Amino acid sequence: MSLLSHCGVQELQNSGIHDITKDEVSTGTTIIAAIYDGGVIIGADSRTTTGAYIANRVTDKLTKVCDNIYCCRSGSAADTQAITDIVAYYMDLTSVQMGEPPLVRAAANVFKNLIYENRHQLTAGVIVAGWDSRFGGQVYSINVSGTIVQQNISIGGSGSSYLYGFMDSQYKDGMSQQECENLVLNAISLAIKRDGSSGGVVRMGVINHTGSIQRKLVLGDQLPKFYDNIYEEKPLISSGGDATMA
Amino acid sequence: MSSIGTGYDLSASQFSPDGRVFQVEYAFKAVENSGTAIALRGSDGVVFAVEKLVTSKLHEDSTGKRLFSVEDHIGMAVGGLTADASAILDVAREEARSYRQNYNMPISVKYLNERVSMYIHAHTLYSAIRPFGCAVIIGSYDPKDGPQMYMIDPAGVSFGYFGCAIGKAKQTAKTEIEKLNLKTMTCKELIKEAAKIIYMVHDELKDKQFELELSWVGSHTNGKHEEVSRDVFDDALKYAKASLDDDSGSDGE
Repeated sequence: MSLLSHCGVQELQNSGIHDITKDEVSTGTTIIAAIYDGGVIIGADSRTTTGAYIANRVTDKLTKVCDNIYCCRSGSAADTQAITDIVAYYMDLTSVQMGEPPLVRAAANVFKNLIYENRHQLTAGVIVAGWDSRFGGQVYSINVSGTIVQQNISIGGSGSSYLYGFMDSQYKDGMSQQECENLVLNAISLAIKRDGSSGGVVRMGVINHTGSIQRKLVLGDQLPKFYDNIYEEKPLISSGGDATMA
Repeated sequence: MSSIGTGYDLSASQFSPDGRVFQVEYAFKAVENSGTAIALRGSDGVVFAVEKLVTSKLHEDSTGKRLFSVEDHIGMAVGGLTADASAILDVAREEARSYRQNYNMPISVKYLNERVSMYIHAHTLYSAIRPFGCAVIIGSYDPKDGPQMYMIDPAGVSFGYFGCAIGKAKQTAKTEIEKLNLKTMTCKELIKEAAKIIYMVHDELKDKQFELELSWVGSHTNGKHEEVSRDVFDDALKYAKASLDDDSGSDGE
C-alpha cells in the first residue's frame, strides 16, 4: 500500500484534525451602534475568520443598505451579505415608490422578517442603524433567532461580551458626536484586545441629517491604549532572593 | 348612445375607433347612479358624508353602510356598486396589512392610493374581467403630513383633493364645496357643512328615503377614523335642516 492511501482524505477527516477549508467564513466580531444627540455612530472591528485563519484583516462590516441606513454585520459573512443585498434592493424600490428616503424602522423590519423566516438556515445577527427625518437617529438590533429590539445603544458579535459593563458605565443619553465617537472607538479597541475573534482596524461611521455617511478609520497601531499588564508580566518571585526559578 | 350596437362596448380590452373604452365609461355611469358621497379636507382632518339611499322600508337602520375604515387611521367612502366597493375595501385592507407586516408601520394614504389605483386600473385592461363599478375616496390624518385625501375613479385615475364628491349629485355638491374655505376650516365646522350639502343635494322627488352617514379622521380623534358621536351627528343634522329651511324661505333674495 502506498503511503498516500495510508494518510488519504478519508483518514484525515476522521482523525479529528480540524480542516479549515470546511469551516464557515464568519465574522466573529465586535459591532456597535449608538445614538448621539444628532444621529447615530456605528463601529466595527475588521477581522473575518475561517476557524483559526484570518480570512480578511481589513473587512468592512459596516454595510450600506441605502444612503441613510447602514447595518453592522455579525455571524456568517455569506448569510449577512446576502440578506443585506436583499434589504438594500427592497429599500431602493420603496424609496422610488414612496418618493422619499426609507425609514430606518422599515429597513430593520425587513431584516427581521428575512432573518426570522429563515432562522433555521441562517447565522445572522445584525444591528440596523440610520437616520430619517421622521424619527431621527435610530438603532435596531436583530439577533440570530429573529428578535428585533430598538435600543439607544446596541453591541453585538463575540467581542460584545467584554463590553456590557463598560457600555453600561460610559454611555449617556444625549452625548455629543465627539463623545460618542470616542466611546465607540474605545469600546471596539477594548474588545479587540480581549476577544480573539475581533481584530484589525476600527471602522466607524456617522449618520445624521446630512443624508450621507461620514466614514472614519483608525488603524490597528493607532488604537487607544488601556491598562493591561499582559505585555509587562512580572516574575512571581524576585530574582534577587535565594529562590531561583526552574 | 353611440356605443350600443357597434360591438365596441363588449370588452374592456378593445378601443372604439374614436379612442374610447366603453366598458370603463359604463362603470362611470354605475357610480353616477348611486347616492352622493362627499369628503372635505380641512386644516385638522378629513370629514366624510354619505347620502345612503334606502330602497326599502323593510331595511334595518344603519345597514348597508358606505363609510368604512381601511385601518384604524384610514377612512373610505364609496359610491357605485357596493358589492364591488367591498371587494376594493378588502384589497385595501389586505394592502394595509401587508404593509404593516413588511415595514412595521401604518401605511400612508399616499401609498395606499397608489396601490388601490393600480388594482382598479388593472381591471380596465383585460377582456375576461369587467371594471369596478365604483369610485372610492380615502382619507386620513397624520401629525407630520397633516390631513390627506384621494379619490379614485373606476378607470383607476386618482388625484389628491381638498374636497370631492361622487354619485348622482356630484356636480351640485362640488359647486357647494367650492364655496367653502376648506384650508382654514376645522373638522368640527366641516362636519356641519358636509351634512348640509348632503341634505341640500338630496332629490326628494326621485329618492324618497335616505340615511345620512357621517365620519371623520383628524387631530381631534387622535388620527383615528371613526363615526361621529351622536351629539355631533344631531348638531350637524340640526344645522343642515335649519339652513335648508332658511334657504327655501329666502328665495327672492
